[in-house]
Amino acid sequence: MIAPPSAQSPPLAPSSPQADLPPQAVERTTRLIRQHRGRADALIEVLHQVQELYGYLPAGALAQVARELKLPLSRVHGVASFYHLFRLEAPTAHRCAVCLGTACFVKGGGELAARIERRLGLRLDDPAGNGTWALEHVSCLGACGQAPVLVVDGQLEPRLPMDDPAALDARLEALGLADGAGAACGGAS
Amino acid sequence: MAGPTPLQLRCCAASGCRSAGSEALQAALLAARDQLGGAAEAVTIKPVGCLRLCGRGPLVALDRSDGSELYAELTPDQAPALLAAATGLGDGQGDALAGRRIDPADPFFALQQAVVLEGCGLVNPESIDDALAHGSYAQLKRVLLECTPEQVRDQVKRSGLRGRGGAGYPTGLKWDTVALQPPGARTVVCNADEGDPGAFMDRSVLESDPHRLIEGMAIAAYAVGADQGYVYVRAEYPLAIERLRLALKQARAKGLLGAGIAGSSFNLRLEVRVGAGAYVCGEETALLASIQGQRGTPRPRPPFPAQVGLWGAPTLINNVETLASIPVILREGGDWYASIGTEGSKGTKVFALSGAVANTGLVEVPMGTSLRTVVQTIGGGVPGADGPNGGVKAVQTGGPSGGCIPAHLLDTPVDYESLRDLGSMMGSGGLVVMGETTSMPEVARHFMRFSVNESCGKCVPCRAGTVQLLQLLDRFVERQASIADLERLEALCRMVGATSLCGLGQAAPNPVLSTLHYFRQEYQAACRDPGQCEPLDACLLQEVTP
Amino acid sequence: MSVHTLTVDGVEVAVPAGASLLDAVRAAGADLPTLCHLDGLTPVGACRLCLVELEGSGRLQPACATAAAEGMAVLTQTPQLQEWRRMAVELFFAEGNHVCAFCVANGNCELQDVAVAVGMDHSRFPYQYPNRRVDASHPQFAIDHHRCILCTRCVRVCDEIEGAHVWDVANRGAECSIIAGLDQPWGEVAACTSCGKCVDVCPTGAIFRKDDTTAEKEAHRERPQLLRAARDQHQWLNQ
Repeated sequence: MIAPPSAQSPPLAPSSPQADLPPQAVERTTRLIRQHRGRADALIEVLHQVQELYGYLPAGALAQVARELKLPLSRVHGVASFYHLFRLEAPTAHRCAVCLGTACFVKGGGELAARIERRLGLRLDDPAGNGTWALEHVSCLGACGQAPVLVVDGQLEPRLPMDDPAALDARLEALGLADGAGAACGGAS
Repeated sequence: MAGPTPLQLRCCAASGCRSAGSEALQAALLAARDQLGGAAEAVTIKPVGCLRLCGRGPLVALDRSDGSELYAELTPDQAPALLAAATGLGDGQGDALAGRRIDPADPFFALQQAVVLEGCGLVNPESIDDALAHGSYAQLKRVLLECTPEQVRDQVKRSGLRGRGGAGYPTGLKWDTVALQPPGARTVVCNADEGDPGAFMDRSVLESDPHRLIEGMAIAAYAVGADQGYVYVRAEYPLAIERLRLALKQARAKGLLGAGIAGSSFNLRLEVRVGAGAYVCGEETALLASIQGQRGTPRPRPPFPAQVGLWGAPTLINNVETLASIPVILREGGDWYASIGTEGSKGTKVFALSGAVANTGLVEVPMGTSLRTVVQTIGGGVPGADGPNGGVKAVQTGGPSGGCIPAHLLDTPVDYESLRDLGSMMGSGGLVVMGETTSMPEVARHFMRFSVNESCGKCVPCRAGTVQLLQLLDRFVERQASIADLERLEALCRMVGATSLCGLGQAAPNPVLSTLHYFRQEYQAACRDPGQCEPLDACLLQEVTP
Repeated sequence: MSVHTLTVDGVEVAVPAGASLLDAVRAAGADLPTLCHLDGLTPVGACRLCLVELEGSGRLQPACATAAAEGMAVLTQTPQLQEWRRMAVELFFAEGNHVCAFCVANGNCELQDVAVAVGMDHSRFPYQYPNRRVDASHPQFAIDHHRCILCTRCVRVCDEIEGAHVWDVANRGAECSIIAGLDQPWGEVAACTSCGKCVDVCPTGAIFRKDDTTAEKEAHRERPQLLRAARDQHQWLNQ
């Protein structure tokens, strides 16, 4: 049942995930790696750019990056999974980040997160979210003067009115953070 | 220090005010100027960096020949009124600005001393010509022409400047250590991975006056004999990255970076490296790993980066505020800088003041200023509260590595040693004010959750110990704890603090230990039955069963 | 060759320049528990068991990753160090799922040995019972992540000695795990030469031969050192 090591070296991993990637994106990746002159220390920069290309880091793209930067696969995956801003799964259509830095925490960031969880019917930091929205936490955006803050689809939303539930709900509603199922329990009080 | 033109509107274009709508406001001001015509055309409208009072953005400063005024919380429809006020072409719109004008004599401004931030809010961060007009790069050019690297290092040593990233290591000593390594390549690195929650000083410098940092880095590189450098910026600061990249490009185009800088034989290549969301990369060995494209895990020191750093070469690592202090120190002299501050902590310190306080924003004060002055006089205390401590329960300094200083110690002077003696630390400069209603075990849990999230996972005390600490703190927050838990919490805090590999793990228990020290009764009150807890092991058996 | 003289628990020793504090401790006849360290692999200082106290400053340094220097005085067995070592071992046991009775490495497990050495018979910290994976996709070997203590010996031996770099660490904090390739099943990672060095160096029963059942695992933790000696000094065991 066990093949001797010499006989078992297939040329490539069984399925080549890169086959599923759009050829233009693969080409772009090659070009941008060339811009970094193929230097291994540019790995994080390259991953940022590849993520911009796909919206996340598909396995096939990681394999391509590894090959073209001449790095082991596991090293590339190790780096990609270490940094929290890299996504290894396709993101949901909309994303919201709630700041849980200390200033936002003091000003009710935790309650804000809980409220959005209820409204959208999802769990904080679950990348799958409710299918349309995902809610993640960030540790500090340096916008402490505006606490508490949200980032909704890349847009910073300052000074959420935590002391005025009606105004807060209206604001969240206006940001599109509403959900039929979640609104019943979140908006009633 | 009036602007170069008699009539000028400086619009804050840093992140804080941007999120409050400063871009629309500036556009409205430009449109209003065109519409008004006449005298209004003489008004210069320029984007500048942080105007300090971030909590009331968007801010606009109006410079007249007889002084400056500041306006807060402006909306685009108030733009015509502001221009009218500036030009004196008022048509009875004075009311439109009611409550928007900020008294420049307010202690928030009056008690500040701008050294690192001297160009912040005056200079257009996207224009090198404006920066040059305000004196940027003058010290670099002078130093290259007139000083030896030793003389530069001597001034820095005389200044008494200590690292502003947290630990407070003497900057001149660090520079010497790098410079005196055996001959060979050297690198300078600017640590702009400002990750402490509640800290936004470095972001403000990068967004407001990037050329000051570049000049400081170039001088540092010259002083230690480096010809390449990196600025490692956290990815959460897109505007800072954009402005820094632009500034680097402009500096290269002007021959202030690259080969043969300003006609000298000094070369320097500077690059930006962007993080990807890892607080631990603020630790210097982790930062170096990250610059080299690796997982940001720290390694044991010694050897220190000053001896063995990037790609094995001696590497100088300083944070943004430290390097941004350098041009002023060289301009005014090390002795001048050393005349500000206290015996052990010289110069000024920039703080990011936030939390339960009336005035939130950026504050630069001489070292040794009391916390009370910063929080109550400058910060205005907790809104709507009164009493001797103005509704302040505690002030958190040093982020997840620091501690909570209780209100009764507010007269403590802010310097490295005083804060350390109180079980906190200077940290990078975040000051978060906590009001009376804040629960301290919850604060401790907040920070521990942060540390669990940010632990790199390399060493066991931090990887597994912080998880256990968080679960213990959960029990206190949920009022399920026992007295034995209190003992276990303290013992584990000490173990994690003493045995973790890097500063992140070593300091992770500080928020717990400091709140335990000053607010122990809150932990005790959270115990189920403080009087009759079972012996330790019996408690354990119960916990194991879900 | 220059020599450094230092004291270990009061015993004077001389070690060649370049030696680690761990070498010095061993030269003094003392012993320190280690888990992540293995002779022949680059030290990482991660398990914190070999921490020693520098007399005078009171600073703690990992003996494996600290160079011995002239005049150092180190303490290896203060009551405080002993207590912290025990706590570290407890943390190891509590964070994984270590059930000796069913383990291939029972009786030949360094975690078990260390527990005995530091006098740990139970964990004061609640067991986390993590839900981890078992990967048996490789034809000869398997990895049971429940027993992994993240010492990274497998990562290092595969990279530094074998040169295949099949393994690395993914994620961070408590989520860290050893991965093969792009977090693929081990058996699908073409870079693996099936040399078995990762099995040889694993301190626990995390990586093992499929043929082995309870308490049957034989490890060969001396191999990296032998291979390094062969490679660097051209010294082979049979010479």
